[in-house]
Amino acid sequence: MSQPFRLDHGGRVDRDTPLQFTFDGRPIDAFRGDTVASALLANGVTLVGRSFKYHRPRGIVSAGAEDPNAFVQLGHGARTLPNRLATVTAATPGLKVRHVNAWPTLEYDVMSAFGLVAPFIPAGFYYKTLMWPRRLWPLYEHFLRHAAGLGHAPDAPDPDRYDHVHAHCDVLVVGAGPAGLAAARAAARAGARVILADEQAEAGGSLLSTHERVDGLPAPRWADATTTELAATRGVTVLPNTTAFGLYESNLVLLAERLITDQPDSAGSENGARVWRVLPKQIVLATGAHERPLLFANNDRPGVMLAGAISTYVNRYAVAPGSRAVLFTNNDAAYRTALDLTDAGVPVAAIADVRSDPAGDLSSEVRAQGIAVHAGAVVRHAQGGRRVAAVELCSLDGAPLGAVECDLLGVSGGFAPALHLHAQARGPSEWDPTLAAFVPRGANGIHPAGAVAGQLGLADALRQGTQAGSTAAAAAGCSNGSDLEVPRANESTQAFIQPYWLPPGGLARAKPQFVDLHEDVTLDDLRLSLREGFESIEHVKRYTTLGMGPDQGKLANPLATGVIAELLGRDPASVGTPRHRPAYSPVSLGAIAGRHIGPLADPVRVTPMQDWHEAAGARFENVGQWRRAWYYPQPGESMHEAVARECLAVRHRVGILDYSTLGKIEITGPDAGEFLDRVYTNAWKRLRPGRCRYGLMLGEDGMIFDDGVTARLDDQRYLMFTSTSNAAPVLASLEQWLQTEWPDLRVYLTSVSEHWSNIALAGPRSRDVLAAAGTDIPLDRRDFPFMTFRQGHVAGVQARVFRISFSGELSYEINVPADCARHVWEALVDAGRPFGITPYGTETMHVLRAEKGFIIVGQETDGSVTPDDVGLGRLLSRRKDFLGKRSLSRPDSVRPDRKQLVGLLTDDPNQILPEGGHVVDSPGPRRPLPMRGHVTSSYFSPVLGRSIALAMVTGGRAALGERLYVATLHDNRWLPARSCHPVFYDPEGARQHV
Amino acid sequence: MLLIPCPWCGPREDDEFTFGGEADFPRPAEPEALTDEQWADYLFMRDNRRGRHREQWCHTAGCRRWFIVERDTVTNEILGAGTYGGSP
Ligand SMILES: [Zn+2]
Repeated sequence: MSQPFRLDHGGRVDRDTPLQFTFDGRPIDAFRGDTVASALLANGVTLVGRSFKYHRPRGIVSAGAEDPNAFVQLGHGARTLPNRLATVTAATPGLKVRHVNAWPTLEYDVMSAFGLVAPFIPAGFYYKTLMWPRRLWPLYEHFLRHAAGLGHAPDAPDPDRYDHVHAHCDVLVVGAGPAGLAAARAAARAGARVILADEQAEAGGSLLSTHERVDGLPAPRWADATTTELAATRGVTVLPNTTAFGLYESNLVLLAERLITDQPDSAGSENGARVWRVLPKQIVLATGAHERPLLFANNDRPGVMLAGAISTYVNRYAVAPGSRAVLFTNNDAAYRTALDLTDAGVPVAAIADVRSDPAGDLSSEVRAQGIAVHAGAVVRHAQGGRRVAAVELCSLDGAPLGAVECDLLGVSGGFAPALHLHAQARGPSEWDPTLAAFVPRGANGIHPAGAVAGQLGLADALRQGTQAGSTAAAAAGCSNGSDLEVPRANESTQAFIQPYWLPPGGLARAKPQFVDLHEDVTLDDLRLSLREGFESIEHVKRYTTLGMGPDQGKLANPLATGVIAELLGRDPASVGTPRHRPAYSPVSLGAIAGRHIGPLADPVRVTPMQDWHEAAGARFENVGQWRRAWYYPQPGESMHEAVARECLAVRHRVGILDYSTLGKIEITGPDAGEFLDRVYTNAWKRLRPGRCRYGLMLGEDGMIFDDGVTARLDDQRYLMFTSTSNAAPVLASLEQWLQTEWPDLRVYLTSVSEHWSNIALAGPRSRDVLAAAGTDIPLDRRDFPFMTFRQGHVAGVQARVFRISFSGELSYEINVPADCARHVWEALVDAGRPFGITPYGTETMHVLRAEKGFIIVGQETDGSVTPDDVGLGRLLSRRKDFLGKRSLSRPDSVRPDRKQLVGLLTDDPNQILPEGGHVVDSPGPRRPLPMRGHVTSSYFSPVLGRSIALAMVTGGRAALGERLYVATLHDNRWLPARSCHPVFYDPEGARQHV
Repeated sequence: MLLIPCPWCGPREDDEFTFGGEADFPRPAEPEALTDEQWADYLFMRDNRRGRHREQWCHTAGCRRWFIVERDTVTNEILGAGTYGGSP
């Protein structure tokens, strides 16, 4: 293709390196140095998208990150990125670019037919219309989602790499325009460690689009030389293609660095990305300013562009964005564009200037070129369908001044500082009437410089940037006393602005005037919002969706401030802007996730026996971060069959369980017993060394927090077992009490969960197995009774053996150093073979403990359960205080209708109740049915040959044997059951004492 | 992000810390002597101050010490940090 709108000479594109990419499958010729937008314009492509709500044709508006229209989809398949701006995406060979938000094609969009039925959807439409009738919402939603798509996600895992970088520096400079380059240079020369980040592929910013000179060099060459100097300076990091998208407390700045390659077929030229978390000592904010659009009817037509963007396309990319231009302005900037167009051979048909007396050098220069300047005139209507064909001018009071044919309309409503980052961190700003915009004030180590600080002239920006860089370096402790060297440029007078927000009245309603092009928010929408009482700019935003698009309202919000102020007759300073929030520009989810995906998303914890469990065919379940053996099916066995086999093996012979995941905390020191007395509900000081005791720990609210066995290893040393998932919270809580309330106690806490593995032998033959494996610990029941602890050797390894039981059977929990655990496990399995030893998993463990009515914290309890509720009132000491004791006498803790732990036996012994199922008195017709409680645990008990369940039921303990019903979760049935004592098996506890 | 000055380790990012709520709510010496209202006040009621606020933080992923931070709840500015009794 011939690139019909490419200028014959000039620009920074490399004409010796042509390349080709595709837009909607159509080949587009470009040069290295082009953006996707500049190449599309060079090829005469003006229609790049359809608008969000009305699917109106839209074109390129800007040459930067502020564009509301130029969102495209890059790449394809697994390597694709939605919501990328054509205006900041470098054109690379083979790149696949697609439009978003039009269906089936950009040229013939079905949804624009919507506009024929309901020409304009007023603000609040979604709230008012689509919510009623409610049953039709799914239909509306389907329709809207199809209509309002904004690109699509990759169809396979992204093969590119994403990473996070943590960095520190003395001075972070955001933006590499004139002020940013000058600041980075001054800071670097003062010896500061500097990071310079810029969202574009090359540093320079506005320097790359101007004919002015700096230090005697053409501005782009000065930018190149300065960037080269910086890149070669030790301690300076220059990051192109990097957007600072968030500024947080403590001045943490997040940068998104897009990694660009020239490889064909790469994801929109991006091969992954890095998010930098930078903690600079000082920040120079040189983020520039965004030109403000102006309101008139059909101001969204392709061909309507920001005046400054036109200059950028002409000067930097050597592209004429049209063949006959009109400019509409309220300040001097558009006159510079008129001269740039004229230089490039593009005729300028007229300038409409809001101001009655546009005087000054630039205006004289323009008039000298013979360009018609209409003072006190505005554009009130852009004619044309898919492109501007002509503009209608009128005076400020609405008197028609005729139409002018053109295919390009450049607008300039002044400049609004890009203070987004500053405002994200709640930095102060104030209304500057000469700019008619909010300007940030420096604070807390942030130094605004250049256009963002209201310095629109080149010489001023260079001077302020140099000063800011030097000040920031000094504040960061870097100063070598060298003189400040300010880059020289021609002084220019600041252009004066005549604010112009509202067009003259009298326009037909069918002619929309868009305040927010991306969100299709019109002037009428703002009027409606104010009329209905939504006057705060935050309310206007929520009511109209103003500024809610992926462009974050960069062009819309500054315009809306002025419009709303004028509609309300208020000072713009009091109207403000909607709160700025990260991210400044869209950041890919891959970059945010970094390496925290797949197996690295969360640590996986396994015990030393993990390989053995896998080889034995175990199925696993996740308990927190732990992988625990769930059950060990033999070939052909269902889970039900496997669990039944494992349960019966423990009840009749012997089973072996890997219980290494239990939390273990060593509590040492002279006051360890006193400490346990305070944190447990029962008494500890008189527990003799070598003995174990079950303990219950409450929160100060009196609710059960954790339970477990603690053993007194010797006089000043205890070992506390916690539940698997509560290991860290219990340790944290104990530490907090010790450090903040009882620093006088001489107690030391050490987590040893990972150091000691725990192997449980359970079943009537477990003593035989332990003996056969070889131990020097006397195992006779008189020497080693229930609830005691012995130290010795097992299978040649030093071991702590606890005679405690979570199954109700004769049981030994054998703690050995984790390094030796696999050896001891295998020795026990070998020794147990003659006795029919059976490995069992967590499911069997749960069935066995439920048969015994043992609670599990977090299953029977939920943070609202007291010890008495679960029948453990006997563990509450009357003679001492303990955490939560006072709460147990609060009126709510002694309510007679509290839920209490009971057993449930279904009428049908094969019916297994659903855990979580609601318990009611009778499934009568009354709705809602009063709830008596809920099922907490439910299993089939192989040893009893029937189902069992535990439940929390109001007043349940006093009414054992009562008829209750449990609701099924999915099919609306009621299952009859009777309550019973919650211990189903061996209620006397004889078996664990043998 | 907050940069929190641990008295033992120096300034660290806030994701190394656990927030422990308002400081200066000591456990009553004799809970049984309190009325239900007084106990509920200790248990549930916090001031949620606007402005200067003394609060507990724990350097969970560091030295695991609890300490007191004074923070402005409007600006998030950290005005100081202190220890429980012991000196760092
Ligand atoms: Zn610390």
